[in-house]
Amino acid sequence: MATQPDRAVQAKQYATFFVDGLFFGIDVLEVQEVLRYQEMTRVPLAPEVIEGLINLRGQIVTAIDMRRRLKLRPRTDGQTPMNTVVRTEEGAVSLLVDEIGDVISVDEATFERPPDNVNPEARELLQGVYKQKDRLLLILDTKRTIGFASGT
Amino acid sequence: MDDQEVINEFLIESNENLARLDQEMVELEQRPKDRQLLASVFRTIHTIKGTCGFLGFSKLEAIAHVGESLLSRLRDGELELTPNLVTLVLEVVDATKRFLLTIEATGAEGDENHDDLIRRLQAVIGTKAPAAAPPPVAPPAAKPAETALPAPVAAPVPAASNPETVELPREAETAASQAEAESLTPQKASAVSDSTIRVDVGLLDKLMNLVGELVLTRNQILQFNARQEDTTLNTTSQRLNLITTELQEGVMKTRMQPIGVVWNKLPRVVRDLATSSGKQIQLEMDGADTELDKTIIEAIKDPLTHIVRNCCDHGIERPEVRQRNGKPMAGKLSLRAFHEGGQVNIEISDDGAGVNPDLVKRKAVEKGLVRLDQVERMTEREVLALIFLPGFSTAQKVTNVSGRGVGMDVVKTNIEKIGGTADMVSRPGEGTTVKLKIPLTLAIIPGLVVKSGCERFVIPQVSLLELIRLESDSGKSPIEWIHGTPVYRHRNRLLPITYLSQVLGQPETENSEAVNIVVLQAEDKQFGLVVDGIQDTQEIVVKPLGKQLKGLSCYAGATIMGDGRVALILDVLGIGQLSGVVQESREQTKADSQQKDRSDSDRQTFLLFRAGPYERLCVPLSLVARLEEFSRSKVERAGGQHVVQYRGKILLLAPLTPILQGNPDEACEFPDPVQVVVFSNGERSIGIVVDQILDIVQETISVREPSQRKGMLGSAVIGGKVTDIVDLQAILEVADDRWFGRPEAHASEKPIVMVAEPSSFTRSIVRSSLEMAGYRVVEAADSRQAMNELERRDVDVVAASLDLPSAGGFRFLEEMRRVPNLAGIPVIAMGNRGDERPARGKHAVDFADFQMKFDRDAMLEAVAKLSADSGEGDMEPALAGERE
Repeated sequence: MATQPDRAVQAKQYATFFVDGLFFGIDVLEVQEVLRYQEMTRVPLAPEVIEGLINLRGQIVTAIDMRRRLKLRPRTDGQTPMNTVVRTEEGAVSLLVDEIGDVISVDEATFERPPDNVNPEARELLQGVYKQKDRLLLILDTKRTIGFASGT
Repeated sequence: MDDQEVINEFLIESNENLARLDQEMVELEQRPKDRQLLASVFRTIHTIKGTCGFLGFSKLEAIAHVGESLLSRLRDGELELTPNLVTLVLEVVDATKRFLLTIEATGAEGDENHDDLIRRLQAVIGTKAPAAAPPPVAPPAAKPAETALPAPVAAPVPAASNPETVELPREAETAASQAEAESLTPQKASAVSDSTIRVDVGLLDKLMNLVGELVLTRNQILQFNARQEDTTLNTTSQRLNLITTELQEGVMKTRMQPIGVVWNKLPRVVRDLATSSGKQIQLEMDGADTELDKTIIEAIKDPLTHIVRNCCDHGIERPEVRQRNGKPMAGKLSLRAFHEGGQVNIEISDDGAGVNPDLVKRKAVEKGLVRLDQVERMTEREVLALIFLPGFSTAQKVTNVSGRGVGMDVVKTNIEKIGGTADMVSRPGEGTTVKLKIPLTLAIIPGLVVKSGCERFVIPQVSLLELIRLESDSGKSPIEWIHGTPVYRHRNRLLPITYLSQVLGQPETENSEAVNIVVLQAEDKQFGLVVDGIQDTQEIVVKPLGKQLKGLSCYAGATIMGDGRVALILDVLGIGQLSGVVQESREQTKADSQQKDRSDSDRQTFLLFRAGPYERLCVPLSLVARLEEFSRSKVERAGGQHVVQYRGKILLLAPLTPILQGNPDEACEFPDPVQVVVFSNGERSIGIVVDQILDIVQETISVREPSQRKGMLGSAVIGGKVTDIVDLQAILEVADDRWFGRPEAHASEKPIVMVAEPSSFTRSIVRSSLEMAGYRVVEAADSRQAMNELERRDVDVVAASLDLPSAGGFRFLEEMRRVPNLAGIPVIAMGNRGDERPARGKHAVDFADFQMKFDRDAMLEAVAKLSADSGEGDMEPALAGERE
């Protein structure tokens, strides 16, 4: 990816993915890896957004279903999601998304606050958007996305 | 070594030295004349001083120097060791600690000023203070020890006797030269430390993780191996298995530390608290070498300290108070640690004032933690458990160290976080004990794999008591329902049952084959967990769940199974609490046991059968010897009666229907096979023929009107339907007129027992039992009747119900005693299950015995004993009470 040296001092790169037609991005430095759907162990009584647990090379990783997390429509049958594994202080967490996109660079100038036509739950999890030529890149606040705790 | 490393080493070492100093000072206070101890203390401060100087921490050095001077005077006997002095030295230690913290954070000493402290120290040390600052007498090598004093703080070194000054340099020399050497190894390098090595905890953690991974991979290989035939693979895998196990054990050991490591800090804490509160407290520690995993040690450090502080603050009373209460002035605080049952037990006891349950109750209600009606129903243990609730504190004023209401609940949470439990017992006025139980190791545990729904779960073996598999008989479910809760009778106890699939919200699966119950223990409550299937036991590596799932109390973690899939590890306590079998059941089991007691008192087992036109008849099962079935062809006639050969003897058969109908001799057709209820009195047996044996039912009896019909005692609702209770004596008398008839010669030998009981049903039951055992029975329904009968007949033993009308219990007994020739007759008081023997109290007389009405065997035994005692004929006029 070519960056434009005379533009943003720190050109950010984002790993992107699609969820229910929406185009999301996460700071690429936060992404550990991307892989296809893994066998999942369900966790009874867990919050709905938790799809289950996967075995990632010996590490037990919690998988969060992004459709439910963003309060979007449920996936249609037959669609198997992909895993976007993000790094956090307490270990890795996987985000289940519809499709993986490319890693892209963005023009800082096109950054804006999240628009109003996104549902409020989703808006909360966004840092902002980048207005691209033909679409909006919604930037996820990773910490907030995975940072909820299961209540008692 | 670069600068940072040097400083780090210095910090580590100095902290260790300071910790040791804390301990030693407290010890020294107890044994002020212990020269060795004093010398050791001196050396420690000296070392600190030396290394500070070497690194250029002059302020720190100054403090250390003054402390050292003080100690040297002590060592030389020039100063008396007083508590004040000890406090001063401890202040030096504290100041040093603070310096070290600053150095750790910023790399420099910081600006803290300790002039005041130094001044006070100097005041104590000697009058020959300030001005006489001698130039360093010693050779240059001694310079670090003496010259590095900041100017304003003037000359602290007293112009003492020369020997002292000379001595110092020598030691300073060694200190300096050693300090100049590369390593800053502690001067007190004992032989032990030569064979030990320092390892960074992070490295150990990493090793532990790797071993964990190795265990998982080994599990996978073993599983794969089981399906292979290759012998080389098999042997190699076995070898891998062995090695992995040993490696696992070894690595776990590296992380084990003796609990003394935590305890060592406590003498100082206790001393400070005692001093500041004016109390005297003796600290005893037992089991300091009990080993725990380092992570656990870290986790319990704070809770332990808090508990100890609590004991000092609230537990142990002031000396005057103690003395007033006859206790020794010094309070005792004892710590015990030991291994038991796969766990480490830590007990902290004090012999202080104990916990006042009423105060606790009041506070809990005040703080809104519990309702008044709830608290009134609690057992003492439950009341004490309230102390562990967040927001609780009985401290009247908030002290510096405890009493902020954030204490014990944090303790409990911290302990539970590492899988342990915390409990408190107390005797008001005598003391309190806090008991902690902690699992030995966190990471790799044996677990039982179970299935529920289509998922696998692992139950830690440490919580597992038993496995029960119940094959379900057709219709009859082994699980009973009390108060709407499923329970299972196991070894005479009621085990609360919970269904794992229900707890987890899984869809119910129809398991008609068998019921699998896993008997679990959480805290000290047991319950049964019904699962769909039980697999095998495995060693599993516990991996923590992510933050998103940590709050789920039903899971203790997760693990990777041999086939690579993730399985959740159940938290037994969490499951118990979620399903209510653990907490709420406390109230429930109390109610259960009350219910049980109540119902058992009038629960009887009945044999149900039918005969002729009588659809439902019954007889108490306790009177029945056997149930038999014979083929009709076996029935023979002898002497005009039906008999059958039975157990080497001849069994007389009597059909029930004709007897009930009043025509005992009427011929009647026996069904085939012949159903017989056999009664026996030890000598004779008789088989009553019925048409069909229906059932055996356990039921609480509520007898309706006694029957006027011959052969019937009455009717009751049994098994949900109206059932006639057969009058067994009447039947037996008719069936075999020789049944009760004895050769006259023997008749008079059989003791006469009076049964005084208002309920005719109960009376007849007791009577039957006695008569079947060969006694002669006289009945009475109230005390007046009883007295009449007693005067007419020569009764040997009286069994009198406590609720005998007109005069029951002691009144009846006293009435009897008033009549001279009745005075010696032993009286058995009869009660229902749940009754207690009435206390003799102020009564001049007492019952000879106390029995349950329906406890046939015990009653017979009691009667036998008493009738044997009383002998034939002549009674001793002694009161029954004296017989005991």
